[in-house]
Amino acid sequence: MKTVEEIRRDFPILSLKVNGRPLVYLDNAASSQKPIQVLNAYCRFCESRYANVHRGVHTLAETATGDYEEARKTLADLVQADARGVVFTRGTTESINLVAQSYGRKFIKHGQAILMTPMEHHANLVPWQVLARAVGAELRFWPLNQDGTLDMVEGRKLLDARVAMVAVAHVSNVLGTINPVREIVEMAHRVGAKVLVDGAQAAPHMPVNLSEIGADFYAFSGHKMCGSTGIGVLYGRPEILEDMDPFMTGGEMIREVWLDHATWNEIPHKFEAGTPPITEAISIAAAARYLQEIGMDWIHAHDTMLTARAWELLAAEPGVTLYGPAGERGALVTFNVAGVHPHDLAALLDRDGIAIRAGHHCAQPLHRWLGVQATARASFYLYNTPEEVDALLEGVRAAKKVLQLV
Amino acid sequence: MSDIYGEILLDHYRLPRNKGRLEHPTLSVEGVNPLCGDELTLDLEFDGQRLKDIRFSGKGCAISVASASMLTEALKGKTVEEIERWIGVFREFIRTGRAPDGVELGDLLALEGISKLPVRVKCATLPWSALEEAISRYRG
Ligand SMILES: Cc1ncc(COP(=O)(O)O)c(C=O)c1O
Repeated sequence: MKTVEEIRRDFPILSLKVNGRPLVYLDNAASSQKPIQVLNAYCRFCESRYANVHRGVHTLAETATGDYEEARKTLADLVQADARGVVFTRGTTESINLVAQSYGRKFIKHGQAILMTPMEHHANLVPWQVLARAVGAELRFWPLNQDGTLDMVEGRKLLDARVAMVAVAHVSNVLGTINPVREIVEMAHRVGAKVLVDGAQAAPHMPVNLSEIGADFYAFSGHKMCGSTGIGVLYGRPEILEDMDPFMTGGEMIREVWLDHATWNEIPHKFEAGTPPITEAISIAAAARYLQEIGMDWIHAHDTMLTARAWELLAAEPGVTLYGPAGERGALVTFNVAGVHPHDLAALLDRDGIAIRAGHHCAQPLHRWLGVQATARASFYLYNTPEEVDALLEGVRAAKKVLQLV
Repeated sequence: MSDIYGEILLDHYRLPRNKGRLEHPTLSVEGVNPLCGDELTLDLEFDGQRLKDIRFSGKGCAISVASASMLTEALKGKTVEEIERWIGVFREFIRTGRAPDGVELGDLLALEGISKLPVRVKCATLPWSALEEAISRYRG
């Protein structure tokens, strides 16, 4: 078992100085840093195993194809799912758009409803708005309790037989709420609705068992789990993927092509048109192996410890407002400091080498619900330390002083 | 990062000049910062070609508030033509981080470092973009 110090040594960027101070990277919900194991896997693949996949019959085409399909199995294993249902996409955003288009256009009908929550990232909101307008479906929103958890009583009332799709975040990227997705899937299936879970903030941080959750679709991104940008996963239940139309069309995704028509490849390849993100798939698989070696249970416990510490310290600080549930939560705290604009806070923290996010975090409707324009968010990962959480508090205090609020 | 949060900027943030609304503005314009959704309103009162009075209101970050405060201080009493010249000067200053030759920027010089912070440029230019719209509307 590695210590946090040893984990930190795996991440070259963590020894960086920013503005003369050691980097304190607390913007992991936006994107995570990469360990040397992931960088090396990428380099080694490019140095000795690279070619296009599923095309040639030469040696490198075989090794590359083997590695690419092995990567798919690694990702399936991470979330305990059938590899035939694992589609490589560009990321969570593309995964959700794929479902909205390829499933939604075919199966969601005029007069049916799509049930979402007000805490969704724009990526799990706008694709459904567009689809609803195109097919004449209704949009419904699962109400929130005051603390930013889902109101399970009111939500249940909205979940009637007209609901065709429930789209919900596993973990909110602003509130940190961990939604009871297994229970939601059960409720939805009882009325015949399908469920898409946006796992962008969950899969990197906690054990995810899709055979237990039972979601029809589950989406996440490589860059938030120590992998590269440009790759993500859509898991779809194979029998549903079989029935769906392709998303994009072209090479790789076909079986046979004539001048005037074509037939589709088997799943998951039917949804991977063109040369896929091959090197990125090697990177996300190396990241998944790295995380599994450390242990998803350990990562979740470590994140939880840091998040609880941050919540406690900030809650005790005068002028700080925290958002979301106080108890069990995802690996982030979102807050405001009275009289300090979040962008000023983030810029002032940056002077001390501390990186946090400020803004609406791609969740404008949620910020309207919270009654604020913008918030500050500190988000944690396996390489963060309690001392870095303390540095955040010191930075918040220093910012208040600079703007002369204390 | 060069330190944008200097004393002059912070002074304009803590004690903004010409903050509030005008009772009888000739026209009012609103600006929105796409980065954070901050909104700012400029009230302008003209006496012929001269800007007799100007106030700003709204909530914002230190940079947008200070920039608005400096703008009102620099331009109150100026003519429409002078204001148009100032808009051009400010845009060039924000882009390059240098004042054009022979121009005295006064407190606005505190925004010197902004050219190196591409994300925050929008905060500094928010009141100036609103002003530009106001002038073009006033000109008709
Ligand atoms: C909850 C949630 N959903 C979706 C996304 C979009 O992910 P990506 O930008 O990798 O497609 C993010 C992250 O930005 C997120 O936090």
